[in-house]
Amino acid sequence: MSTPEQAVPRFRPGVKLRFDPVRKAWVVLAPERLFLPDEQAVEILKLVDGARNLGAIADDLAARFAAPREIIIADVGAILGDLAEKGAIAL
Amino acid sequence: MTGFEPPMGLIVELTHRCPLQCPYCSNPLALERVGDELSTAEWQRVIDEAAKIGILQFHFTGGEPTARRDLPDLVRHASQAGLYTNIITSGVQLDDRMMEALVAAGIDHIQLSFQDVDPENADRIAGYRGAHAKKLAAAARIHAAGLPLTLNFVVHRQNIANVPRMIALAEGLGAARTEIAQVQYYGWGFKNRASLLPSQGELDATTATVEAARLRLKGQMVIDYVIPDYYARRPKSCMGGWARRFINISPAGKAMPCHAAETLPGFVFPSVRETSLAEIWQHDPAFLRFRGTDWMPEPCQSCDRREIDWGGCRCQAFALTGDAARTDPACELAPDHAVMAAAIAERGDAPADFIYRRYGNNDAPAPLKDAVS
Repeated sequence: MSTPEQAVPRFRPGVKLRFDPVRKAWVVLAPERLFLPDEQAVEILKLVDGARNLGAIADDLAARFAAPREIIIADVGAILGDLAEKGAIAL
Repeated sequence: MTGFEPPMGLIVELTHRCPLQCPYCSNPLALERVGDELSTAEWQRVIDEAAKIGILQFHFTGGEPTARRDLPDLVRHASQAGLYTNIITSGVQLDDRMMEALVAAGIDHIQLSFQDVDPENADRIAGYRGAHAKKLAAAARIHAAGLPLTLNFVVHRQNIANVPRMIALAEGLGAARTEIAQVQYYGWGFKNRASLLPSQGELDATTATVEAARLRLKGQMVIDYVIPDYYARRPKSCMGGWARRFINISPAGKAMPCHAAETLPGFVFPSVRETSLAEIWQHDPAFLRFRGTDWMPEPCQSCDRREIDWGGCRCQAFALTGDAARTDPACELAPDHAVMAAAIAERGDAPADFIYRRYGNNDAPAPLKDAVS
């Protein structure tokens, strides 16, 4: 699934990214479900603020992590696309 | 963090009081009395303990949770403890005042149950005149408050033809999530099984409807779909496995791995009045009894799905075979699988009358204090 770089992702109502001090891990809490994102997904989700688009999120990550931007943008699209299908993210 | 991984969710039956009388209610046949319910302060202590052991989501249910006047106080306490708060309600008491109080308390999500889309049939199933209209008003209030809305439709042979209209109603009310959940046959549902169990043909048509709607509504509305175990080939992963993800607490404070666990004989479930949640989760014998895979008989023990379905449902195994440690008969590999087909054959051409869920409408012996007064 390919999502345009201009798409602005946001958490859907009732969905929260939260740090759990017991598990020492980030969790996505949603209506009657929850997701345990891996490290890569956590870095992406921390940049989901309802203002940045996919391209801006990829720019930010590319500046901080040693990976080509085209690979990063593909990962960002795939991970957020998957969470959109599960109802956690609006794209 | 030491010991077994922490639980994800706490399911709290605040009260067994409810204005509705649905014949498939998930509460036990022996409903607990108001005088035995935990106090506000006791629930607040349970909330604090829950946050400390790593519970992430707090599900307030009942009975009807809004029958407890302290519901907004408890939601606020849980929210301030960092827990995700969810209310599972019939909505018939969710007026403007309650709604405002819940929003001010920081409620994260509300699940609203419906009995049907046809008002007359919905009210008949609920045993409450005017329930459906009140639910529609509650849905509008939840939506207007900007909260995510989940609609829950419990489906059975007396409303299953309306599933397409149920999905349309959910869309129209702006639900982000809809549950098309076939009745689970325990307690009251088991008692009313012949009145509720659909046919194979009705189930197949519903499955096709749900699959088509899921495709059409992708990214807009999530549809969770639960089929009756009687038509399954493999058992469901009941509660995500015995004592692996959830703790259920009864109105009087009894802690159990699931809401139906009280039906199992030979168990003494711990009370949160006497024992901490941490102690219960890590060490209570009732919680350890079916946790993991060591307890499993064959064919479960050597099955490559044993850590997917965790052996299915212990309450169903007991209800249908008399032995809680047998393979869930829902599995087609189970030695007792034939009981499922026998139950389907028994359902008859026309549904029997409902036995409604209400105090006194069960076969359980009355508590002694009631019998002598």
